Amino acid sequence: MKKIKYLIFLLFITIPTKSFSLIEVDITRGNLTPLPVAVSPLSYNQKSKLALEKVLKIEDLGAEISKVVENNLKKSGLFNPLIKDAFLQKPDIAHLKPRFEDWALIKAQALITGKVDLQDEKLRVEFRLWDVLAGKEMLALAFTTVPKNWRRVGHIITDKVYERLTGEKGYFDTRIIYVSEKGPKTKRIKKLAIMDQDGFNTKYLTLGNELVLTPRFNPTNQMITYLSYFRNLPRVYILDIETGIQEVVGDFAGMTFAPRFSPDGKKIIMSFAKDGNSDIWTMDLENRIIKKITTHPSIDTSPSYSPDGKYITFNSDRSGYQQIYVMKSDGSKVKRISFGNGLYGTPVWSPRGDLIAFTKLHKGKFYIGVMRTDGKGERLLTENYYQEAPSWSPNGRVIIFYRETKSDHQGEGFSAKLWSIDLTGYNERMVETETDASDPSWSSLLSN
Amino acid sequence: MHRSIVISFGFHTVMIILTVLSLPFLSKKPVDLSPLISIDLIQISDITNIPFAPKAKKIIEKIKKEKEKLVSEQAPPKKVKKENPKSVSSLDDKMKKIQTENPKAVSSLDDKVKKIQAENPKAVPSPDQKLNKIEEKKAEAIPLPKKKIEKIKMTEEKKQNPEKEDIKKVEITEEKKLVKKDTKVKQVSEFEKKEMFDLNKIAALIDKSKEEMAETIKKTNKLTQSQDKNMNISGLTLSEEDALKAQIFGCWSIPLGLPYNESLLVKIKLKLKPDGTVTKTEILDHARMNKPGQAFYKVLAESALRALRNTDCIPLEVPTTGYERWKDLQLNFDAREMLGGG
Repeated sequence: MKKIKYLIFLLFITIPTKSFSLIEVDITRGNLTPLPVAVSPLSYNQKSKLALEKVLKIEDLGAEISKVVENNLKKSGLFNPLIKDAFLQKPDIAHLKPRFEDWALIKAQALITGKVDLQDEKLRVEFRLWDVLAGKEMLALAFTTVPKNWRRVGHIITDKVYERLTGEKGYFDTRIIYVSEKGPKTKRIKKLAIMDQDGFNTKYLTLGNELVLTPRFNPTNQMITYLSYFRNLPRVYILDIETGIQEVVGDFAGMTFAPRFSPDGKKIIMSFAKDGNSDIWTMDLENRIIKKITTHPSIDTSPSYSPDGKYITFNSDRSGYQQIYVMKSDGSKVKRISFGNGLYGTPVWSPRGDLIAFTKLHKGKFYIGVMRTDGKGERLLTENYYQEAPSWSPNGRVIIFYRETKSDHQGEGFSAKLWSIDLTGYNERMVETETDASDPSWSSLLSN
Repeated sequence: MHRSIVISFGFHTVMIILTVLSLPFLSKKPVDLSPLISIDLIQISDITNIPFAPKAKKIIEKIKKEKEKLVSEQAPPKKVKKENPKSVSSLDDKMKKIQTENPKAVSSLDDKVKKIQAENPKAVPSPDQKLNKIEEKKAEAIPLPKKKIEKIKMTEEKKQNPEKEDIKKVEITEEKKLVKKDTKVKQVSEFEKKEMFDLNKIAALIDKSKEEMAETIKKTNKLTQSQDKNMNISGLTLSEEDALKAQIFGCWSIPLGLPYNESLLVKIKLKLKPDGTVTKTEILDHARMNKPGQAFYKVLAESALRALRNTDCIPLEVPTTGYERWKDLQLNFDAREMLGGG
């Protein structure tokens, strides 16, 4: 009997049964079009509307804030804000509970709703981000500030939305410092100017009496280092934006230029030129001790720290042509990383740490490009008659630079404008400025 | 002794005052920085469950009632089964076929419609014209504000009357049929029109083509031995797999901000109904989504889930046979190739 049972059992396990293994399908392609986003105007009650109108002289603050968000998202190139005329739901109701099918009908994949309120003379802005296809809320935040800060609130909302939908930090609540230029090419008046990344709220920091160049933010965005003239000698300065105090950096018996802060903000790295030789120096801002980093009898300039402060990239003509080099922050282990045709300059380490942006001059044309920190994977993002001075957005995704147009033989028709381009090389845009502009530098995020 | 101390004290005081007054930064106006912004966090639940504000609830209920009213005044919408793009394109081909086989059959109808249009362009608007009209009105046809609904009703009334007059003018029976069909369409809600016009255009061909389609499907379903073997090994035939991929490719919006050099692969397990509807989605490495530093993974996973909820793709066009084989699927979403890495 036992044997029979055993045989039946054997028969049972050896009979081939019809079973299917789980089918796997690899999805390796998709849409690379910007994500369709609906930015509903921010709603408010009548009482707040009247009060805000009185304080800010803006008729519809909710719509204005949503416009700031919409413009930011559009400029990023990653999102496609949908036209408001197509919206089927009122902003106040949408903020309470969106009818997702209505938003899906207009092909929105994400929805931003919000509410504006005035409480104790403070502006309170609330917003929610919805996943339209999943019918779920993804993010909800509220900000309280003084009413005149409403544009910044728009930028912060964009940062939060950007971060939630892309996984990386935004770059919208930031400022750009640049050299504002006016007048004919031979007699340019150059001032230091600071503005929001979208070109609004421009303020001038110098009067234009002295030539100013290459301004750079410190990590806290409170100080600026730049090049100006002191007793007819180009020297590196530091300016405290809050107090307006400015001072010359170091007591060098020669020309100092191309300054930049270290990632911790405690040092300034710059070039010091004397007798045709230019080397890289650092100055400790706490004890004012200066230190020579490079000693080669060639022109070493444009130094830039890696985000962890362990390495420095710079350009040098020690090989006979201007090329990009990387070394340890103490000046040891110098290694050339650029080997392409043409001249390479103004290397800037990405805040992500993975790439170095540079300017390249080849066959009479200027290029802005990026390469990996070992020099591999060089990609030229944009080409033009004259362009240089790349500066990274705080998330390491966008590069701002300036571009000059050709002037005729009488010096007419010359202009200098700021441009931005993202790492894909497709989303190239002119950055609006009040005047001609050059030497831009992007701040870190103002609200972290 | 005292005198020299007083002189020294006075001298130093003067020097200090002079130094303080001559410092340049005192005359400068400091740049006013924007004040700090405080952030309050609102708690988010997994499932949206925000209570309605009493006012909003009233408004929504009102709208619902109005919507119901509007619907009750109209004829019941015609049930139209959605056709896939492939079958539509094949219909066009078939129309061409019919035209070549019997040019009179189709051309006579078209000619007659053209005639009516020439006599009275309003009588039989072409489907394209109608589509345009509907699209223009669609924005107005939101059942939210009261006034807009009234507007739509007004326009419908205006439209219907002259057309009824036009119909009387038509003598040929075939033409009458066409116009009658048209008036029927007008009674249906604005939202239904778009689809119906498309179908009317090819109405005569649908049934025929369906039969032919069914025949071809039957033919393809008769699998050869080699195909059957292939299925047992890989589960789906290459063409079936390609068809499935092509559908999802179109609906998956890859987040463009993702880093190309990171290894991001999202595996999602699906449960499908025989008609291709997705009944369940499960991210295989779900725990990774909520881990710190995995924001990119989360974003990619969410984008993949969005693709599987996109009504442009779902229900999926699945093979007509072998449901047991593909009722459970695993989709591996990998964006590296598209983002320039890989």
